[in-house]
Amino acid sequence: MAVATQEGSVEAQRRWEGSLDHLRGLVSERAVTGETMLLNMGPHHPSTHGVLRLLLELDGEQIVTCLPDIGFLHTGIEKSIEDKSYEKALPLTDRMDYLSPMSNNMAYAAAVEKLLDLDVPERGQLIRVVCLELARCASHLVWLGTHAIDMGAMSVLLYAFRERERILGMFEMLSGQRMMGSYIRPGGVWRDVPDDFLPTLKGFLNDFPAKVDDYEALLTQNPIWKDRAQGVGVIEPDVALAFGMTGPALRGSGVNWDLRKAQPYSGYETYDFSVPLGEHGDVYDRYLIRIQEFRESMKILGQAAARLETVKGPYRSQNNKYCPPLRSELGQSMEAVIHHFKLWTYGYDAPDDEIYSAIESPRGEIGCYIHGTGANKPRRVHFKTPSFMHISALPVVSRGYLLADMVAIIGSVDIVLGDCDR
Amino acid sequence: MGVSSKLGNLGVVTTTVEQAVNWGRTGAMWPLLFGLACCAIEYMSSQASSYDLSRFGMELNRATPRQADLLIVSGRLTRKMAPVVRQLYDQMAEPKWVISMGDCASCGGVYNNYAIVQGVDEIIPVDVYVAGCPPRPEQLLHGILTLHEKVKSERIADWA
Repeated sequence: MAVATQEGSVEAQRRWEGSLDHLRGLVSERAVTGETMLLNMGPHHPSTHGVLRLLLELDGEQIVTCLPDIGFLHTGIEKSIEDKSYEKALPLTDRMDYLSPMSNNMAYAAAVEKLLDLDVPERGQLIRVVCLELARCASHLVWLGTHAIDMGAMSVLLYAFRERERILGMFEMLSGQRMMGSYIRPGGVWRDVPDDFLPTLKGFLNDFPAKVDDYEALLTQNPIWKDRAQGVGVIEPDVALAFGMTGPALRGSGVNWDLRKAQPYSGYETYDFSVPLGEHGDVYDRYLIRIQEFRESMKILGQAAARLETVKGPYRSQNNKYCPPLRSELGQSMEAVIHHFKLWTYGYDAPDDEIYSAIESPRGEIGCYIHGTGANKPRRVHFKTPSFMHISALPVVSRGYLLADMVAIIGSVDIVLGDCDR
Repeated sequence: MGVSSKLGNLGVVTTTVEQAVNWGRTGAMWPLLFGLACCAIEYMSSQASSYDLSRFGMELNRATPRQADLLIVSGRLTRKMAPVVRQLYDQMAEPKWVISMGDCASCGGVYNNYAIVQGVDEIIPVDVYVAGCPPRPEQLLHGILTLHEKVKSERIADWA
């Protein structure tokens, strides 16, 4: 029996060595000779933030090579959209970056509007900004909680999710759903904000800054946190740019690039806020930037809340070729009924043209490329997502650090596998 | 010590092995620390402060399947991920249960395409299906309590 086990393990060893041939050129020769160790991290691993698989070559505890293996959450969203009319494709975009569905809605809606040359009324743009900034806070809260758990601080998640529930409650008020609201639509938003939204938002704005201070009290000067984060996972600005990194991961390296400032959309140019920048490009700087972004989002939300009271008017485009008429009109206007029927059955034709438009999501630049056909379905829709870029930079960023630093680096570039694989 | 000190002056309580074991199994079910997609975020919400799964003895998520007895498949299951989930299920020790959380895990949801397994029950047996895209934490709690009812009705003759 023992012999059989021995032979079995020899056979298993032979198979494994055989498979190493596939890795020649990807890992160093030392891994093939057995001098360094190959370690498989994921796709089932609590710290890879989803179903990312990393093949790590380790010299002792030091990372020699890191090979990301993606696609464990490839959902075929882009292909599915090709078979749907423009409006009906929207709910699929929610489910890409599932930590900030509103940003995906916005990226897609902005691209469709650009393709159709459709204008959004001022109130619609205002409500969008409120949603996007709330989504940024909600996404960063999940990041904060999970990143802290990865690094050994268990309690932060409980605080972060407490506040996140309030944001989700507001999303539910707006759209009827906690996460996947499909609220931001081409031409504006689904409906106007309900009456009790503004007091709730103000209550949240009143409480939240103190909560951010609480998170900082737990982490910012915490010596263990600083030991784990400072000087770890340093990304040089040129590396970040070369890999197309965006968002806090890029700004942590000191590159001033925020699409809300660089290519303002939805009226961001009219808000007063600043873009926090890091100096060292390490995990700690990226942490500080996201904490600062909470405060900047609060600034924007404060201004937006004030405008919500004064800016009145339509919340979505009144071009009924592209946006449904008000429900109240359906009982009185035959034309409205025809528009409504046409929109929900056929949709609308979009020009045979290709466009790209991008917005700043909590993770970075999320861009949407649409190639229309002249009919009601697109020929191709492609999303340029920040998580994909960030994962592609992991091999360079993690080289030379310890295995335990790997989870800190993954957490700090804030990847979502749904965003990467789509 | 033991039952007498816990029960005060209630005297003797009679029960069956079946009921006692099932009561124990429902009271401390250890879920696998496992998430696939959007539903995993709602699952985390259920774990966190507002919904607090530790009320049901479930605060301990085990990252290794060998220490877990509940697999909550939270999210869409891709064809590339399916062998991994099957292996995780196989590595769990008996008795084990599976909750299919959300529409994608239950039936493929909105993704009827080349990439998504049309329901996790194509590869592993499922005890409770929770509908929703994603389900609210309350819905997941309801699914867990439904599973508890199911476990409580298990018969000693059926134990493997």
